[in-house]
Amino acid sequence: MSEHSIALAHQFDDLEQQKEAAILGMWVFLVTEVMFFGGMFTGYTIYRFKYHEAFMAGSDHLDLLLGATNTVVLALSSLTMAMAVRSAQLGKRRALMSYLSLTLLLGSAFLVIKGVEYSHKFHQHLVPGPHFAFEGHDPQHAQLFFSFYFAMTGFHALHMIVGIGLLAVILWMSYKGRFNAEYHNPVEVSGLYWHFVDIVWIFLFPLLYLVGHHR
Amino acid sequence: MNREHIIPPKVYLLVFAALVVGTLAMVAAARVELGPLNIVVAMTLAALQATLVALYFMRLRYSHRLNWIFAGASILWLLLLIGMVLTDVISRLSE
Amino acid sequence: MSTAPAAGKHELPRVHYLNIDYGIRSWLFTTDHKRIALLYLASISFFFVLGGLFATIIRLELLTPAGDLMESETYNKLFTMHGIAMIFFFLIPSVPAVLGNFLVPMMIGARDLAFPRINLLSWYIYTLGGLFTLFAMASGGVDTGWTFYTPYSSTYSNTHVMATALGVFILGFSSILTGFNFIITIHKMRAPGLTWFRLPLFIWAHYATSVIMILGTPVVAIAIALVGIERLFHVGIFDPALGGDPVLFQHLFWFYSHPAVYIMILPSMGVISEIVCCFSRKKIFGYPFVAFSSVAIALLGFLVWGHHMFVSSQSMYAGMVFSILSFLVAIPSAVKVFNWTATMYKGSVMYNAPMLYAMGFIGLFTMGGLTGLFLSTLATDVHLHDTYFVVAHFHYIMVGGAIMGYLGGIHFWWPKISGRLYPEGWARFSALVIFIGFNLTFFPQFVLGYLGMPRRYHAYPPEFQVLNVMSTAGASILAVGYAIPLVYLIWSLRYGLAAGPNPWGAKGLEWQTTSPPPTFNFPETPVVDEEAYEYYPMKEAEVV
Repeated sequence: MSEHSIALAHQFDDLEQQKEAAILGMWVFLVTEVMFFGGMFTGYTIYRFKYHEAFMAGSDHLDLLLGATNTVVLALSSLTMAMAVRSAQLGKRRALMSYLSLTLLLGSAFLVIKGVEYSHKFHQHLVPGPHFAFEGHDPQHAQLFFSFYFAMTGFHALHMIVGIGLLAVILWMSYKGRFNAEYHNPVEVSGLYWHFVDIVWIFLFPLLYLVGHHR
Repeated sequence: MNREHIIPPKVYLLVFAALVVGTLAMVAAARVELGPLNIVVAMTLAALQATLVALYFMRLRYSHRLNWIFAGASILWLLLLIGMVLTDVISRLSE
Repeated sequence: MSTAPAAGKHELPRVHYLNIDYGIRSWLFTTDHKRIALLYLASISFFFVLGGLFATIIRLELLTPAGDLMESETYNKLFTMHGIAMIFFFLIPSVPAVLGNFLVPMMIGARDLAFPRINLLSWYIYTLGGLFTLFAMASGGVDTGWTFYTPYSSTYSNTHVMATALGVFILGFSSILTGFNFIITIHKMRAPGLTWFRLPLFIWAHYATSVIMILGTPVVAIAIALVGIERLFHVGIFDPALGGDPVLFQHLFWFYSHPAVYIMILPSMGVISEIVCCFSRKKIFGYPFVAFSSVAIALLGFLVWGHHMFVSSQSMYAGMVFSILSFLVAIPSAVKVFNWTATMYKGSVMYNAPMLYAMGFIGLFTMGGLTGLFLSTLATDVHLHDTYFVVAHFHYIMVGGAIMGYLGGIHFWWPKISGRLYPEGWARFSALVIFIGFNLTFFPQFVLGYLGMPRRYHAYPPEFQVLNVMSTAGASILAVGYAIPLVYLIWSLRYGLAAGPNPWGAKGLEWQTTSPPPTFNFPETPVVDEEAYEYYPMKEAEVV
């Protein structure tokens, strides 16, 4: 581990400083992500408070089984991601690649399930806009629920797609042998991002899928 | 952060198990009519799950205190945003 | 009182960051924070001129009481675009992206920022956002006001809201990346011996600003995104007719946009601290207080946004809380003003152009800040809201404050950036012209607002004409004042005297390397063993 390692960028004095900067950097970036989703959580909270009945009715139309399955799928992908980072820490290239691939697979599965859910909503005329049709007591505010459902899960899915792209690049880099026990910042930093996306879903699931369901 | 702390796989598996159990508990609790407590239970469970992910999967537990501060600040600011807007809305509703 | 340098005393270094490489690719693909700072300088200057053009047309219309120069729809577009260009594309980047980018690594003894390529990316993102906004402007503009209030912006306006919103949304990421870079750099890359309390106050100011950038900008991003979604899909997120709450938009918008004004002023305050110490030949009075006041402003600034919403139907109780907190946030700003003044007291004050700008800042910022108290008082705000009193208040802070700080900083560090001295006589003259023009433009607006003239109107009762004419006359003087530095600064690039490493005899690591600096700033990482601002009163002949 030397100051002249190829992995050391010119602005840093040593690998330790570079690593700390990378990790802190990702945490600071995640702060911005918390506030970004936070704006939507705020809007959601206000409207749920004002129109609780409509939100319950809207939530009942969501597929609880698919949502819960996705929650477990994402948690599993977080596990494999953590194991991937651990493999990088230990310099185990093949294990790293395997765990990254698993994470990619699980992440894609999440998106497929989400896609199925979205297409259900489309066929049930529950996508907000000119074709929205809700047979319930308060369709106007139920549409508000579905606006937030699609906005929040939509931005979340967007972040998943970016994450998958990121992991694909990391997988390729690890295939090329770019990481070892001394230097694997991109793996760690991608892991932090991936876990954050999981945390957002951990909150989205109960807020969107478990409003009603008092049966 | 000194020499990197490697977390044993067992710990990761335990966290994953906790996440699954937490999810099941959330769904079960939602089926019981608890009034305003429903949201409290759900959010508490979610917060616990998120904390486990942050501490162990994201390795915050073994990280520099500076990272803790930024992670904490983000939660604080989120609560500030939601909280203060909510106080406005609540106090208007009674009119 | 300053001495002119002996002609030919200094020479430019043979190799420095400007001549190390030539050609457009060496600029567009640079990762050198100093070059990126200059890229930003060019871009924001463009938007400053654009915003100034809009302001000129606005002031021309307001020469006469009747709305005779243009239709009201056109006028609405002009003040909207003036606000957007000035706030998002000039003021918010100005000091951080130009002076901050250039100086933060140098002031802490680093070779570059923590993430140089992300720095370049932030400029490209700025440019992309700028292009979208320019496209919107060229296609007919936007008339919602820079505040994009719903449901007008989300449902009823038929101007180019989407393109402008997209431009601003994209621009937000430029701001976030800049702040993010500064935070990591300041935490992790300080030179040996440079503890937090030895840092220049410029650094403290930029750190506090960066914290605001990362905590606040994402919220306005989502607010704008939701407006876009509402417009695209005709859903009712903020439209009351469709079940939404327009005040929710205002909450999300102002949660960022109030802290944004601190993004615009804090870096300038950092500049003032540097200038006042150097040109009073004294260390700052009460360093910890000034340092902590930056942090306090950043934090408290997040608790006051509702003072923009007193008459929006926000609850009265929330209004009272926001009002009290707004009084509180004035305190750390006042601390700074007291401390700068105390620094000057019994100092050896030299009235070079940067110092003239700094002194102008202190006076005008104080006036602007004090008038803010009238606005944060619930009862008086009901009378003053949406009048020219508000317009005058924020222009005193943003133009009399932030822009004067920016210009003072440009002059103070011009020798470091370009290796050349600007002509001091012309610089002092234009500082004076700016000061006079500024006050003539905006002081009458306090009176107009108090008398009841509403803002964003292109026609007004005839009894307000005299004050409006004064304001427009002032604006023409102000324009001249801004034009002159443009000329002599460019002139100095070719004909200015070589500055040498430290023409001002200033303290700070940036002055310990050549002017212009080499690409990696320092031949060796400096080691810091003295406190900040260890100035000693210097004899006249020692200056320069």
